[in-house]
Amino acid sequence: MELQAVLMAAGGGSRMMDLTYNTPKPLLPVGNRPLIWYPLNLLERVGFEGKHSVISENKPSKVSLKVKMISTTDILVVSCDLITDVALHEVVDLFRAHNATLSMLMSKVHEFTETVPGQKGKKKAGEQRDFVGVDVTGKRLLFMANEADLEEGLVLRKSIMRKHPRMLIKTGLLDAHLYCLKRSVVDFLVHNKSVTSIRGELVPYLVRKQFSKSLNSKNATEDTEKNQKQQDAHHNLELLSTSKEEALLQLARERSCWNDHRGDMSEAYHGGKLRCYVHIMEEGMCYRVNTLAAYIEANRVVPKLFEDPPIHPTAVVSERSLVGSDSIIGPICQISEKTSIKRSNVGTSSTIKEKVKITNSIIMNGVTIEEGCNIQGSVICNNAVIGRGADMKYCLVGSGQRIEPEAERTNEVIVGSDQLMEI
Amino acid sequence: MADSDGRQVVSINHSTEEDVKLQEVVQAKCEGKELTKEEKQRLRKEKKQHKKNKKDDRGPPEKEKEKEKASVLAPSKPATQSPAHKAAPVPVNASASESPVAAEKPAKSKAEQRAERRARQDTERASKQGKKEGGQQSASSKPKATPNELQPVKRLPEHIQVDDPAALKKLAKKLERQQVPLRSDYGYKVSLFSHLHQYSRKNPPTQQISIPATVIHPSIVRLGLQYSQGIIAGSNARSVALLHAFKQVIQDYSTPPNEELSRDLVNKLSPYISFLSQCRPLSASMGNAIKYIKKEISNIPSQCKEEEAKRRLQECIDSYINEKIILASEAISKYAIEKISDGDVILVYGCSSLVNHILCEAFEKQRKFRVIVVDSRPRLEGREALRRLVKKGIRCTYVLISALSYILPEVSKVFLGAHALLANGYVMSRVGTSQIALVAKAYNVPVLVCCETYKFCERVQTDSFESNELDDPDDLIVTRNGKTHLENWQTVKSLGLLNLVYDVTPPDFVDLVITDLGMIPCTSVPVVLRVKNVDQ
Repeated sequence: MELQAVLMAAGGGSRMMDLTYNTPKPLLPVGNRPLIWYPLNLLERVGFEGKHSVISENKPSKVSLKVKMISTTDILVVSCDLITDVALHEVVDLFRAHNATLSMLMSKVHEFTETVPGQKGKKKAGEQRDFVGVDVTGKRLLFMANEADLEEGLVLRKSIMRKHPRMLIKTGLLDAHLYCLKRSVVDFLVHNKSVTSIRGELVPYLVRKQFSKSLNSKNATEDTEKNQKQQDAHHNLELLSTSKEEALLQLARERSCWNDHRGDMSEAYHGGKLRCYVHIMEEGMCYRVNTLAAYIEANRVVPKLFEDPPIHPTAVVSERSLVGSDSIIGPICQISEKTSIKRSNVGTSSTIKEKVKITNSIIMNGVTIEEGCNIQGSVICNNAVIGRGADMKYCLVGSGQRIEPEAERTNEVIVGSDQLMEI
Repeated sequence: MADSDGRQVVSINHSTEEDVKLQEVVQAKCEGKELTKEEKQRLRKEKKQHKKNKKDDRGPPEKEKEKEKASVLAPSKPATQSPAHKAAPVPVNASASESPVAAEKPAKSKAEQRAERRARQDTERASKQGKKEGGQQSASSKPKATPNELQPVKRLPEHIQVDDPAALKKLAKKLERQQVPLRSDYGYKVSLFSHLHQYSRKNPPTQQISIPATVIHPSIVRLGLQYSQGIIAGSNARSVALLHAFKQVIQDYSTPPNEELSRDLVNKLSPYISFLSQCRPLSASMGNAIKYIKKEISNIPSQCKEEEAKRRLQECIDSYINEKIILASEAISKYAIEKISDGDVILVYGCSSLVNHILCEAFEKQRKFRVIVVDSRPRLEGREALRRLVKKGIRCTYVLISALSYILPEVSKVFLGAHALLANGYVMSRVGTSQIALVAKAYNVPVLVCCETYKFCERVQTDSFESNELDDPDDLIVTRNGKTHLENWQTVKSLGLLNLVYDVTPPDFVDLVITDLGMIPCTSVPVVLRVKNVDQ
């Protein structure tokens, strides 16, 4: 088996707690399908047949793999909140052709244009930037750091500059959290339990490790702040990867007249065994649904991709209602007359009564909207009930909440028991 | 026209012809197995002529038509047989109508119908043409017929028949059967080379392969990618990598029940080889390695257990690489070092692993020489050769091939590597090699070609057009100062970009070939091949 897929379905959606305090993030509906459907669909389209998914306890960022099961092949890690139409072979080809240790996917960040409910004032776009350094070909990953980890400035090691004098540093890239990892990395993770987050710790570690001096088993001279256990783990990684390079492959590479760089006297890959590659998507869709803004954007864009009929056949839509062409209605819905639905997604088994006006909104499953309501730019979560005549603008109504009739809310987030009002 | 004359004979002297045909049929029956193939060939020829006759309504002079026929038949048969075949079609055609009748009963009615149809057409034509010439032709052609009928029809390999839609269809069907994705050609091809494939690196062969690769073994997919991206380039490197991948395939192979390893494994390897040739056309060295492996696999005795068989195959592969590549390069360097004297100025072209090895060994043996590395676009492989030699400590000069005639007066010897050595003594190597050999000849500089014996192949080629490789044309595009002039070359209808990979050098320009068997002249290659075949 060449690759096994691991779907990271953990992660509680810490940046959108209002949506996820009741529903686990993988099951959030996007375009009337659970969020986890999209990466699964991507994997299936490409040819994966058996998948492993890991659901772990809530941890703030990427969880390390409890890997008793997966140690026989290389793995492809996908996050459950990734919606993309990337040609996956681009990422995997880098992994195959260069015998890379890590191959990942990144994409240009899209600006979110929709108004996000509950947002007070404009959010600063430049927080928590990622700095990604690639070589001239744009494929080899030389440097990766998050702004949060850098104290004063960007520090580049001389050894990197000597080997790759031309480096392009890019910000404004979105990490799609799709990684191809070699088996030796998985074994390294198993031995080294202190690495908890793939994106936060493992990937920058691997990128740095590309340029560390090759270690003798006793003298580990760099990374002095790491403890002894991790130093042993370093050797582990080196040893595991070198034992795989067979003598024949070495011979083939020696006889081959190819080099990945020119201008200095070293052989291909500078003789390094560890290589990290990145595929940066120029065009195409790539969303990570981990914030409310991303969630809304995804709901906007995704229905256009798939060829499903906008109105599900089992939905009951009365003739005198107006459903716009860019809206989608889920199964078993009931849309009563004189209702107008524009640019919105209505989820499964929702009931919309008469004379309701819904624009630019996301209505999840099991929602009841009484007559005469006016809902604009809002997100209504599962099983909420909006009372008669309510007027909601840019609001987020949490799961199971009830909004009193004749309520007028603008730009509010309505969750929790203190907001509940009995009708 | 001989054809219509043959048929005229059929219509006019029907009885005598039939006797002759019956005799031939009896002969056919006696000769048994071989003749069924011949009959098929006759059927095919007959069909071809039938179609041809349908097109030719009027009667141009006979000789012209014969020549046409010969040229129609020539592409599908080697040139050596065309004069003989001019006469052969006549009785072959005539007897073809009878022999299928005798041998294959289901075809009987068809053949008879065809004979009747032809008879009708011939009577019509008989009214138009003269009959004298017909009689002469058929009389002279009959005695020549029988010896020429037994010549087998040689088939052209698929990869040089890209402009033939029938061949393409056959390839597509074969690939579909093997579940290997078909890679489509890219861009406008220069008309002289329209019979070759031209792929683009932007359409990788893995686009339609599932991830993870199940139909094709992952190490083969990896290898194919490395070939198509040029990460593994050079005849020796490609063969070694191929054998390494085969080792992994054999490792992961398990015999299905009711199958024999010796037969099943060979069948398993065929789709892999198709996939690899879709990624990049196979080199001669790879072809020989594949032949060797297939032979070894088929020679595994059936009572051998699977583990034992696998181990044996792995050992075979290791010993092949050891003997034919590693030890051969040692032997060649030993011979070549004798030819390098102190104070030599040696010219090398591109990056040949063998030549680099020789020069490094010579340097280690304290020979005093300097090297001139000649390089050419778009591959610029000479830079890699330069790096390796300079790293070793050898004094080098670097020029582009356009400066060749300026630099040659300084040169005392030219060392060239080879991709393959053909059976007629021609050297197939990187494009530009023949130019170097030519100019070196003009300056009376000795040219030595270094080549291992496993690269000798039985093909015959006298020009670089017939069989070559077209690389990605976009490699020729250069961006300087932010401007890419050839960016939209596809929109210019009268422009074609040609990126050839190989060319052939005639043996007159090569003074010596250094092989692991010794130093031989170029024309002794067929002898070596013969000796090799006898050994095996």
